[in-house]
Amino acid sequence: MRFFCFHLMPYADLDLSYTEKHNSAWVTLPNSYYDPRKGHLLYNRYLDELELAAELGFDGVCVNEHHSNAYGLMPIPGVMAGALARSVKTAKIAVLGRALPLLNNPLTVAEEFAMLDNITGGRLIAGFVRGIGAEYHAWGANPADSHDRFHEAHDLIVRGWTETGPFPFEGKHYHFNYVNVWPRPYQQPHPPIWIPSQGSRETIEWAAAPEHKYTYLQTFSPATALARYMAMYREEAERRGYTASPMQLGWAVPTYVAETDAIAHREAKPHIENFFNKFARMPPEMLLPPGYLSLQSMKGVMKAKGTLTGGQQTIDDLMAKGMFICGSAETVRQRFEEFQKQIGFGYLLTCMQFGTLPHDLTRKNLELFAGKVMPALRPLAEG
Amino acid sequence: MTDVRRATERIDGCAVSVQRAGQGEPLLFLHGARGALHWLSFMDALARRFEVIVPEHPGFGRSETPDWLDTVGDLAYFYLDFIAALGLEKVNLVGTSLGGWIAAELAVRDRSALRTLTLAAAAGIHVKGVPKGDLFLWSPEQTARNLFVDQRFAEAMLSRALPEEEQDLMMKNALMTAKLAWQPRLYNPHLAKWLHRIRTPTLILWGDGDRLIPPAYGSAFRDLIPGARLEILRECGHLPQLEKPEEFVAAVEGFIAEARS
Repeated sequence: MRFFCFHLMPYADLDLSYTEKHNSAWVTLPNSYYDPRKGHLLYNRYLDELELAAELGFDGVCVNEHHSNAYGLMPIPGVMAGALARSVKTAKIAVLGRALPLLNNPLTVAEEFAMLDNITGGRLIAGFVRGIGAEYHAWGANPADSHDRFHEAHDLIVRGWTETGPFPFEGKHYHFNYVNVWPRPYQQPHPPIWIPSQGSRETIEWAAAPEHKYTYLQTFSPATALARYMAMYREEAERRGYTASPMQLGWAVPTYVAETDAIAHREAKPHIENFFNKFARMPPEMLLPPGYLSLQSMKGVMKAKGTLTGGQQTIDDLMAKGMFICGSAETVRQRFEEFQKQIGFGYLLTCMQFGTLPHDLTRKNLELFAGKVMPALRPLAEG
Repeated sequence: MTDVRRATERIDGCAVSVQRAGQGEPLLFLHGARGALHWLSFMDALARRFEVIVPEHPGFGRSETPDWLDTVGDLAYFYLDFIAALGLEKVNLVGTSLGGWIAAELAVRDRSALRTLTLAAAAGIHVKGVPKGDLFLWSPEQTARNLFVDQRFAEAMLSRALPEEEQDLMMKNALMTAKLAWQPRLYNPHLAKWLHRIRTPTLILWGDGDRLIPPAYGSAFRDLIPGARLEILRECGHLPQLEKPEEFVAAVEGFIAEARS
């Protein structure tokens, strides 16, 4: 198994009493809640944490993109990836991802990723996402065109990386006379492509298609959903005539390790509850604008009630659902081993800082996970 | 109750559901974002004097979603073909909200089949400095409360339990509304430039308490369409045909009668 340290870089100094006046930490929360002096310290602290993860033996570090919110301060994730490109010497750098449908010109991502891939000598992992629903409110992109624009932008970027330019691209949403990406990517034919998702049949079928075989990442989902979607991926691969490797499947999950189960529970509790109840908080209209999901998927979600918009979540609910893995090194190792054996993923993307978790606890979490959990899990799903 | 005929017409490769009732000059009603699933009392009242024709737009309700549908302009061309296919002449075109936007786009393109045009709480243009309500971010409760001045209508809307089939159709309507109107929000930046082409007698109807598209938009339409008349309905929100059906019908009938004389 391979290990990636995933960071959302939240505005951890957020005044949590914001919920008395505002219904979400996204889109409409005034940016007067953000103090740049505190932000300066947070950005540098978070970069330190990712650099530490790489030094401790994680195979890679991950950044991602969200807009107009306190949940994740990386509207332009390439800035963070660029800052890490030279300080992280051997680990991979995964941008998970750029939200393609939000872009007026997807070639900017082809260029940005190619630059990162060149600087790092081929250590970039290219993540493509649609962005969450809130992004469509913040950015004005039309959610009803989201799938279409995602696929077209993907085709344009991959062709830009793999075909000799200049060539014309004649799409419905994007049209260029001269696609000619300089620099070309370092990795040939192109950097690995990972597809983070909260789960949809359409996305899984597309990622598993033989011409893609993209690594599918399930993010922030209950373990039952994780198992179902990963089984769906493997079945789709079989249906299309091949057997999916564990390295086509990854799980992104917040994780906390401490000296004992009781200490881990006590230390993590306020911070993981803040993560779900304060930072991820949003009304259903913000999370699921019309057209973001197909009508069929939308009906399913409405029935299941969105995990991010449900009522207040407690650490115990989250642990019971497998949405948060927490405990002593032994407990956490066992939990991941069980899940890995049942579900068969090859990549584990642990989110080691969440919500308001302070630096000292984040560092301890990283050290214990890297020192006492990773080594025992590493042989799983290899060979 | 009038005898309402429901039929499916296939036009431009798209099967559209059409309700019709009454006799007389044709009155083509173009519905707003919430669709036209039901025959409503204001339609009934109009059907006393007109042949009222209420299609569900392509992409809405029981009508098909055609591949060609991307913009409100596509719907404007569709309804020009619809008018021709049904052989309608001297059409009194009435559009509310999103339907008003379609009607204005249609009239800019070709007004030869129109006798009158009524735009009620119409989308389609933007007035700088006058924000519209965010119907996509409002909760169901905020939506109901913001659509009406008289909160009894809001409460009735909120307490109505929709059967599953209707919920699905409302979801379909919301999806198509987003596709057509998400960005730029509820308008076409090029429409205002050409509204002067509308030489059809035009009535602009607006509720004084419209919180989705404020009444300043009514004044803007009046100023942009030559000879247009603006009537403001008192104590009325974004859906005058529901909140003030008698005044709505009287205004439309009175205007058409005057335009005829």
